[in-house]
Amino acid sequence: MIEIELFQRIFLAVGLLIAVTILLCIYRAVVGPGVFNVVAAVNVIGTKTIALLVLIGYYFERPMFFDIALLYAMLNFIGTLIFAKYLERGEVCSR
Amino acid sequence: MLEVVVVLVLVLGVFFLFVGAIGLLRFPDFYTRLHATGKCDTLGVGLVILGLLIYHLFYYSDSLLVCVKLFFLILFIFISNPTATYALMKAAYRTGVAPWKLGDERR
Repeated sequence: MIEIELFQRIFLAVGLLIAVTILLCIYRAVVGPGVFNVVAAVNVIGTKTIALLVLIGYYFERPMFFDIALLYAMLNFIGTLIFAKYLERGEVCSR
Repeated sequence: MLEVVVVLVLVLGVFFLFVGAIGLLRFPDFYTRLHATGKCDTLGVGLVILGLLIYHLFYYSDSLLVCVKLFFLILFIFISNPTATYALMKAAYRTGVAPWKLGDERR
């Protein structure tokens, strides 16, 4: 099972690189002028977190992290849609 | 051979994620920033999960349900991420965020 250990190291390296890209995006989420830049950066961070969750599931060999990744994808999508609707109309629930 | 394919797909996905992050940092405008990240992030995350799916398909071939989960995760990301980008961009355009033109300062 030497190959499994090799793949574990590769997954650790890829996860650290994705964490570095998340750090780059946090700059835009903190500094970014205007609320739209902040929402876009938070959406991008959420999308990268999905890949990071799946990698964590393989690194620690816990298959339940894939369910968490699916749930996180749906929550991220719905949150961004609701926020865009609120910023466009000024209210969330309109008739 | 299989290791080479998996590592190649993973590295390609991380490359696209880096390009998207650098675009989010460096572009001068909200619209151009979403133009960079909306496509690069979708393809990058899709490629990273595709590499893990190939790895799972050959090393843990007794539990195929996880492969189905990862496939549906890729499918959902490829549908939902461009939709979220489109909704954000439409909201910004309707509320009057002006697009950047050549010669303007960075916003």
